[in-house]
Amino acid sequence: MKTDVILLGHGSGGKLSHQLLDELIIPTLSQVAQRDQNDAAVLEGINSSRLAFTTDSYVVDPIIFPGGNIGDLAINGTVNDLAMSGARPLAISVGLILEEGLSVSELREVLQAMKQAADKAEVKIVTGDTKVVPRGKGDKIFINTSGIGVFDHDWKICGSAAKPGDKILLNGSIGDHGMAVLASREGLDLQSDITSDSMALNHLVGKLLAEFGADVHVLRDPTRGGVATTVKEIAVQSQVDICLQETALPINAAVAGACSILGLDPLFVANEGKLLAIVAADKAEAALDLMSSLPEGTGAAIIGEVVSESNGRVMMQTALGGLRAIEMLAGEQLPRIC
Amino acid sequence: MKYASEYRDPQLGKALLVAIEKEVADYPGTMTLMEVCGTHTMSIYQHGIRSLLPKQIRLISGPGCPVCVTPIGFVDQAVTYARLDDVIIATFGDMIRVPGSSSSLQLEQAAGSQIKIVYSPLDAVALAEKHPEKKVIFLGVGFETTTPTIAGSIVAAKQKELNNYFVLCAHKTMPTPMAALTSDPELQVDGYICPAHVSAVIGANAYRPLAEQYKVPCVVTGFEPLDMLRGVQMLAAQVVSGRAEVENEYQRIVKPEGNKKAQALIEAVFEPCDAAWRGIGVIPGSGLQIREEFAAFDAARQIVVEVEEPKEHKGCLCGEILKGKVTPKDCPLFRTACTPENPVGACMVSSEGTCAAEYKYGC
Repeated sequence: MKTDVILLGHGSGGKLSHQLLDELIIPTLSQVAQRDQNDAAVLEGINSSRLAFTTDSYVVDPIIFPGGNIGDLAINGTVNDLAMSGARPLAISVGLILEEGLSVSELREVLQAMKQAADKAEVKIVTGDTKVVPRGKGDKIFINTSGIGVFDHDWKICGSAAKPGDKILLNGSIGDHGMAVLASREGLDLQSDITSDSMALNHLVGKLLAEFGADVHVLRDPTRGGVATTVKEIAVQSQVDICLQETALPINAAVAGACSILGLDPLFVANEGKLLAIVAADKAEAALDLMSSLPEGTGAAIIGEVVSESNGRVMMQTALGGLRAIEMLAGEQLPRIC
Repeated sequence: MKYASEYRDPQLGKALLVAIEKEVADYPGTMTLMEVCGTHTMSIYQHGIRSLLPKQIRLISGPGCPVCVTPIGFVDQAVTYARLDDVIIATFGDMIRVPGSSSSLQLEQAAGSQIKIVYSPLDAVALAEKHPEKKVIFLGVGFETTTPTIAGSIVAAKQKELNNYFVLCAHKTMPTPMAALTSDPELQVDGYICPAHVSAVIGANAYRPLAEQYKVPCVVTGFEPLDMLRGVQMLAAQVVSGRAEVENEYQRIVKPEGNKKAQALIEAVFEPCDAAWRGIGVIPGSGLQIREEFAAFDAARQIVVEVEEPKEHKGCLCGEILKGKVTPKDCPLFRTACTPENPVGACMVSSEGTCAAEYKYGC
């Protein structure tokens, strides 16, 4: 670790987050922890079935934003991490850390959103815990959810399975969640109708796998760090070069406009209801048709392809026909001066 | 998106590229065009423009990223202020990661200092109103694009009779440094892609003395890809035909005389001064300082602190890069000791810095 203290950028999902994991957390927890860089761990040999297990914490500010709140985010996020490993989500635990002084009406709104999200995703919240910390020691509400899922198949879907020729599918517009949260933050007088895309993707994944099975090589949800960071992670994990097409990227006009005002690149902005599916070339069009026919796939597109085996470069062909490289997000994206 | 997608049309872009190709087909050497503004630098990388231009045209980046040209001593002073218990530092986002001699605002924030990213200087004034027990110091950096808003914040603070709002001022002006660069014998700039939004304030006519005195073509150019290509085409045409004029590609925003109201606001609050540019040195008359009348809001005059001796980082070529003399790839620290997550020089920090652009988008 190059710094002596934890910086905000260590939570960005980009390179600093990777450094924190690779240089401190994983080495210190070695023997008892392993890092395979996938969204959920696969547990083998439990009564001869395979299970997926994952955990995630939610600290979003503000806790209620257009299109959702921290409650549905906490359920959808963990459901999606299980789904991205190819598992069917079964059960979720909820840990609540509440700050003294949080209004009960806000807590109720968060819990109701959790209930609705769990119903929609058809998962059960089976265990939980609640702690309260003194005012000033937390930020309204922090939520940790862990989830267990079961595999109904034998296919191995993971970040290292992308192959040259594969197509990269995305189920809809990018940057909606990050910009919805940013626009509703105090201090930014940006009026917009941008809403978060927070949504469970397990039903979409279930249908995709039922139809295309082993031809689905990688599933990953581009949350923190955005599509750029996630595609770069997959390229490095699979040791392949990936080329994205700028003109194919679905972006809502309001998100593009807000990003442009603030000097942010939507490719690096967080999503909470999006997935990247890397699919064998000959099944890509059919998979796109299936995605597009589902409510979770409105605006789905093929945004690029795996071009060759290599050391993990990601390039983007711009609308003008130029080429630019795509790197992981370094630290947090900062709004520019002018 | 209205007024953006129209200027990103790939077909029109390709037609402009063909036109540029034709323009320089018989040009014997290489022409060096400098984009002065950081947003141009970013746009060139983001749209992959360099890879599309004919070999006769070389684009180099100039000193137009406000974060990058701010001297290290300014960061050190901000860091010193941040360590005071009764101070809240308010700043545009880019500044917090810039390394000073021994610390940065980001590190001070993690150590407990109060540092707030604001999107407008008026938010900093509101912060001062909300926290009468604190001194709110806004870091005033940037060119004419930001200066009027900061002048406005000082006027607002005066109207509200606030005694806890201050600006630490390092404002710079255009086009004075362009004249300094043009007369540098080591640099051969054949034409300037003049800033877009700075020019909206100062006006296209501001570049006339530069074009006339130094015989260097100037084209005020917008930030969208079609603007950029059209600006390059207009510059190339001037270079090929030996003209040195001020032309305005960005007429939908930039007027010959600029924005009089904004100019008057700057004039009311600030007066010209000599300014230190990181990597370039002191350029006479290229900066702005707060007028005596508004001295009560000048952090440097009102809150005097002892600041460490500025120490530039060894081996960092930011200065040469800002002058367009070398490219990021020529710097031994680039991608090794200096990365966006651990920047050594300011050019790697700002989203508009040349090194950050090369790191993020360079092929």
